[in-house]
Amino acid sequence: MSENHEPAIMRSNQTSIPLIEFSQVTKYYGSGTAGFQALRGVDLSINEGDFVAIMGPSGSGKSTAMNILGCLDTPTSGSYLFQGVPVEQLDRNQRALLRRTYLGFVFQGFNLLARTTAQENVELPLLYRGEKRSARHQAAQAALKSVGLDGFAHHTPAELSGGQQQRVAIARAIVTRPQVLLADEPTGNLDSLTSHEIMQLLTSLNHELGITVVMVTHEPDMAEYARRVIHFRDGQVERLQHNGGHD
Amino acid sequence: MLWSTLLLALREIRRNVLRSFLTMLGIVIGVAAVITMVTLGKGATQAIADQVSSLGSNLLIVRPGQRLGPGATSAAPPFKMADVIAIQEQVPLVRSIAPTVTRGMTIVAGARNWSTTVTGSTNAWFGTGNWQLAAGREFSEAEERGGQAVCVIGETVRRELFGGQDPLGLSIRVKGFSCEVIGLLVSKGQSAFGSDQDDTVVMPLKTAQRRITGSQDISALRISVQDEAAIDQAKRQITLLLRERRNITDNEDDNFSVLDTRQITETLSSTTKVMTTLLGAVAAVSLLVGGIGIMNIMLVSVTERTREIGIRLAIGALEREVLLQFLIEAVVLSSLGGIIGIMLATAASIGLAAVMQLPYLFDPAINLLSFLFSAAIGVLFGYFPARRAAQLDPIDALRHE
Ligand SMILES: Nc1ncnc2c1ncn2[C@@H]1O[C@H](COP(=O)(O)OP(=O)(O)O)[C@@H](O)[C@H]1O
Ligand SMILES: [Mg+2]
Repeated sequence: MSENHEPAIMRSNQTSIPLIEFSQVTKYYGSGTAGFQALRGVDLSINEGDFVAIMGPSGSGKSTAMNILGCLDTPTSGSYLFQGVPVEQLDRNQRALLRRTYLGFVFQGFNLLARTTAQENVELPLLYRGEKRSARHQAAQAALKSVGLDGFAHHTPAELSGGQQQRVAIARAIVTRPQVLLADEPTGNLDSLTSHEIMQLLTSLNHELGITVVMVTHEPDMAEYARRVIHFRDGQVERLQHNGGHD
Repeated sequence: MLWSTLLLALREIRRNVLRSFLTMLGIVIGVAAVITMVTLGKGATQAIADQVSSLGSNLLIVRPGQRLGPGATSAAPPFKMADVIAIQEQVPLVRSIAPTVTRGMTIVAGARNWSTTVTGSTNAWFGTGNWQLAAGREFSEAEERGGQAVCVIGETVRRELFGGQDPLGLSIRVKGFSCEVIGLLVSKGQSAFGSDQDDTVVMPLKTAQRRITGSQDISALRISVQDEAAIDQAKRQITLLLRERRNITDNEDDNFSVLDTRQITETLSSTTKVMTTLLGAVAAVSLLVGGIGIMNIMLVSVTERTREIGIRLAIGALEREVLLQFLIEAVVLSSLGGIIGIMLATAASIGLAAVMQLPYLFDPAINLLSFLFSAAIGVLFGYFPARRAAQLDPIDALRHE
């Protein structure tokens, strides 16, 4: 087991501070003996423009780490720097502001608003940013186009296939031009062909728009698309893997 | 942002029309009840005021005995003409004074007969009672002095005895004597006590005393006071004068009563007020129940939409934005209930006012107040569920099935 890796060292062209930096992050759910130690001192570092896959067996703490990464949750101990800002010191409101400004989320269950059109779903984050109606409209159209859903703006989730729903979710995540796209098992509910399409989409967003992508998956096929893979086991980083041939 | 939140709230309400409507029902009924009560209460008060003032302006009614009822008690002697003259001379605040005698009797014209009230009085009767003549004339001095058989009749009497005929110059038979109709009163309608004021026949005092009652007694005095402000003073002076004339010692009670129209108004409208207050309280309780209904449905809605809230929070909605969303939804729901309640109240008030023969008085203040109140109920009872929504943990909320 290789503990206390310094992930930053693995980057050859390290320049400034990393975008995301975990040091000795722990997460303890519940309290006392009934509680559960989901993360046991995680160190990791992700630079801007990276494409990282997190792998590991079920229950190894991948989602827990992603929730902390996405500022939806805070570590029990340790520190998380996002662009050098200690996230654990931010309050709920400030974390929400950070999320809406820098982060985009894609979930395994798509999590689109039901009975709401693709267009409106994609516009949602812009609404909270206070963007004007016409600007929202345009940006949502463009985002839908970039995920290959031009003609589906007025379809509701019920009228779309799983792959299409996940594309809408990706469009919603990137419509704000976030720095990081966080995806927890984005292909978990999709068939293999559709999964590959989604991965290709994420890869192109990473390459063409320069969006940093952090993705949880338990399928090695999907992890292949990432530049780096972080393997989790029992709430710790087990090893880091660098996928060649991508850079 | 606010506008789109409003649209969102409306859409949520439309999604579940029946449920939204049932939720609003408490507010609808509460608001409708409050407004209808107040509107009808106002109409009733207005009607009473109108009717009392139609009795006569600044009017005092003096009767022997101590009760507001017909006739005097045995212990209370009637008034005499000398009392009338004394008041006229010694109380300058009195503008005019109409001594009256009254009898209920059956009168006949041709083949028809009709039971009515026959009053004997002077021409002052017309002024003190705010009566106008629709046709004909009042009594001449000679008719009054001579106690001649002439009379002025009310609209009801005309209709019952003469139908479509012009009654002027025709005769009615009263207790065996024939009486010429010389005038017709303008209709006044129902009195505050529910009696028909137009069901009346008036003749000169002397005529009535001589031919009907057979005595010089006067059963009541209708006194018109110079101006409203002087009513209390006039009342005091008349009371003192009458006590003196009727030899009442200091430790004895009055054996007559002086009633003013204001007093009648107060008595009648205090009843209305009690009713309005009581029903208003019931309405307020129904508003409270309506508020609780809204809170209940909002709590259900928050639970149902936990996942949606999770999504909104995850993509960066602030706590106060989610709070606002649900608060606006509650307020829209309750305000809509208020608006429907106002419309219902307007329809009900117009309808009920017509049935109860009251004037319909639109009161903008109570309508506005009710609307604001219903909106406030939305804020009050929507706040707790909205806060619950806003404070959800996004991760838990997203996992919620
Ligand atoms: N809210 C929670 N309360 C208690 N235990 C939790 C909670 N969330 C996750 N866990 C536990 O933490 C461990 C790690 O969970 P998770 O991060 O979801 O794993 P993964 O995504 O790798 O499958 C699991 O054993 C899970 O049961
Ligand atoms: Mg997981």
